[in-house]
Amino acid sequence: MAELLENSSSIIQRTPVKLDVPPHAVESILPLNVKSLRYSVGAAELIHDLSFTVQRGSRNVVLGANGAGKSVLLRLMHGLLQPSSGLIDWASHDAQFKQAMVFQRPIMLRRTARENIEFALQISRRELHISDVTAAAEAALESVGLAHLADRPARLCSGGEQQRIALARAWALSPEVLFLDEPTASLDPTATKAIEEVIHAMNKTGTTIIMTTHDIGQAKRLASRVLFLHRGNLLEDAAATQFFETPQSPEATAFIKGELLW
Amino acid sequence: MRTKTPRQTYTLVMSEFTQGFSTAFALISTANSELLTIIWLSLKVSSSAVLIASLLALPFGAWLALSVFPTRQIFIAILNGMMGLPPVVVGLLVYLLLSRAGPMGALGLLFTPTAMVVAQTLLIFPIIAALARQVIEDAWSEYREQLVSLNANRRQSMAALLWDMRFTLLTAVMAGFGRAIAEVGAVMIVGGNIDGITRVMTTAISLETSKGDLPLALALGMVLIAMVVIVNAIAQIVKTTAMKRHG
Amino acid sequence: MVNFFKRSFVNGITAVSIATAAITAAPAFAQDKFIVVASTTSTEDSGLFKYLLPLFKAKTGIDVRVVAQGTGQALATARKGDADVVFVHDKVAELKFVEEGFGVDRREVMYNDFVIVGPKADPAKISGGKDVIESLKKIAASQAPFASRGDKSGTHAAELRYWKQAEVDPQMGKGTWYRETGSGMGPTLNTASAMGAYAFTDRGTWLSFKNRGDLGIAVEGDSKLFNQYGIMLVNPAKHVHVKQELGQSFIDWVTSTEGQAAIAGYKIEGQQLFFPNYVALKKAA
Repeated sequence: MAELLENSSSIIQRTPVKLDVPPHAVESILPLNVKSLRYSVGAAELIHDLSFTVQRGSRNVVLGANGAGKSVLLRLMHGLLQPSSGLIDWASHDAQFKQAMVFQRPIMLRRTARENIEFALQISRRELHISDVTAAAEAALESVGLAHLADRPARLCSGGEQQRIALARAWALSPEVLFLDEPTASLDPTATKAIEEVIHAMNKTGTTIIMTTHDIGQAKRLASRVLFLHRGNLLEDAAATQFFETPQSPEATAFIKGELLW
Repeated sequence: MRTKTPRQTYTLVMSEFTQGFSTAFALISTANSELLTIIWLSLKVSSSAVLIASLLALPFGAWLALSVFPTRQIFIAILNGMMGLPPVVVGLLVYLLLSRAGPMGALGLLFTPTAMVVAQTLLIFPIIAALARQVIEDAWSEYREQLVSLNANRRQSMAALLWDMRFTLLTAVMAGFGRAIAEVGAVMIVGGNIDGITRVMTTAISLETSKGDLPLALALGMVLIAMVVIVNAIAQIVKTTAMKRHG
Repeated sequence: MVNFFKRSFVNGITAVSIATAAITAAPAFAQDKFIVVASTTSTEDSGLFKYLLPLFKAKTGIDVRVVAQGTGQALATARKGDADVVFVHDKVAELKFVEEGFGVDRREVMYNDFVIVGPKADPAKISGGKDVIESLKKIAASQAPFASRGDKSGTHAAELRYWKQAEVDPQMGKGTWYRETGSGMGPTLNTASAMGAYAFTDRGTWLSFKNRGDLGIAVEGDSKLFNQYGIMLVNPAKHVHVKQELGQSFIDWVTSTEGQAAIAGYKIEGQQLFFPNYVALKKAA
């Protein structure tokens, strides 16, 4: 999958949009309307005609077996991939600057934890003074419980700590939408729990969550709404409780039982 | 026909090596002033060339790594090929450029250390640029999604990658230094091997060899090798300690 | 914080490299007076300049930078204007140089002599001889190995003139007994030493040559073997930037009583290498 993505995208930066107003302007970027989304690489169509809406404040979990297209969908929404056809329709033109993404493996620069977050802030919040940047970075680390690691080289931290730093980095940007691609797939249960707590906390402050996971338990713990994908098709789109109690499709039923592998 | 037995050859070579060693030792322990001048000039010229070449080649390599344009692969292939530029050819080109009869003759730079720096900078630019391009391109494939997600523009991404890969890039820079300090073709032609002004380790070795003073040439060669090893060792130590501290 | 480091790092590097470039460039723009003299490798290899130039500098404060190349290359360098003074030993080429207008004020400064060196085994049986022409004839006749410079230098030009006088075409032996190395005197002697071949060399290079193997002087003393050195100023009319005054003072000194005495005073192993022979031309009335 990684090779597919690598070969298909030559995006080195998303097309910059002129920002006349600072971020956190009045308009929200939600609701997001995804319309008739298709994505192909060569002859293979990975995403078939998806349409759905994301509302403010929701915790959306994209579920599915391996190869269902979950990661591809997230990248399409976040702008790391260009759709072959269809529309990712945000409610506002500066949506690009009000999102953040956390990946399965945290990508840390060879700097301290604080400096990693400062790096992100310096790009997105250019109007901030240097001392404010430092303060914001430290506040973000504080909110994930890692204030004591501020001066530690990020790469020397454990996997769980690095993922929390990645979350703190995303938090510091005050995004309206936070994408997470299998954020705890490579972590142990303790670290997983810590991450889930941060996700909850961020959602409580108003951030809309869009994440993927193949862990049903995690989905049950976090989701308010489930999008079930199977081989690039959106088979089910329902509130979480409804999905888990009364799945509509045989694939979803099998998946919940743990019997659908791909 | 004069031939030597293997034993005679062995004795001859060993005696020259021994003479070389003792000459080297004598030169160093007495801090021979001529030798020191030559060493100092070698270091100055090659270090300047490496510094200037790196300043230009590292950003260029990073830019090339992140760029997208139709003839990119051809460009990269040519750049990689230029790593093997023959020093003597570079020397000849710079000589034609800087000669009074040439386009930049008015600067009067021929037969000066500056000309040597220019020639060596041109020589090692492709090495550092090509290696930097490879390193940054590999790093980019790892960092790309995160950097794009953070809305970093090309310049910010280049800077972040260059800084992040600084330890690996140091190896590329040292490769450039090694090439510069070891070459004789370019500096001989553009410098003229002038005693006290443009004579460096390699041209001095060449001169002593042509004068038939092989033990002295060998001694200078040993000193040169020692210099290169020491500089590389220092770089390696810096790299390892820094990596341990920063991950 | 990293930004600060990065900025100061980049600034630091920029500052250092500009400073370094300035330092290395300093000699080019230095306040010291200097001239560039294009001369030959054999003169440099003999060690004459190391001995002579400090004397000149002490007297005039002028730094003489000698670029040692073959005679052909030295004249080419001067022709392009990359030197101020030319000091070589090929009268024919020098006169042509003046005739073409590239050199002025040619003066004959000194001479040294050529010798033929060869292996102790002496296959051509010329050792101890005094006649260069006869010796060359014998070498050709016996097809004894002979290493030639083959590089259009003054020495090479002289060698070819003697072959001509001996009515031998050494090219007939090319690849068999006549080996052209295409390089300077030192490397050619290295080759001769390794091959056990005869070679034609100037005495100066021979005396300071340390890799003799079992080579020794075979033929010397023939008056035909005298090698005349000439010095010229590169014509300032052709190359405006030539340091006429400084260059002229070097030429004047080398041909002055003091300079000529200094040349005579240069010895290796107690032997005088160069014989000053400048004769001042009477000025036209």
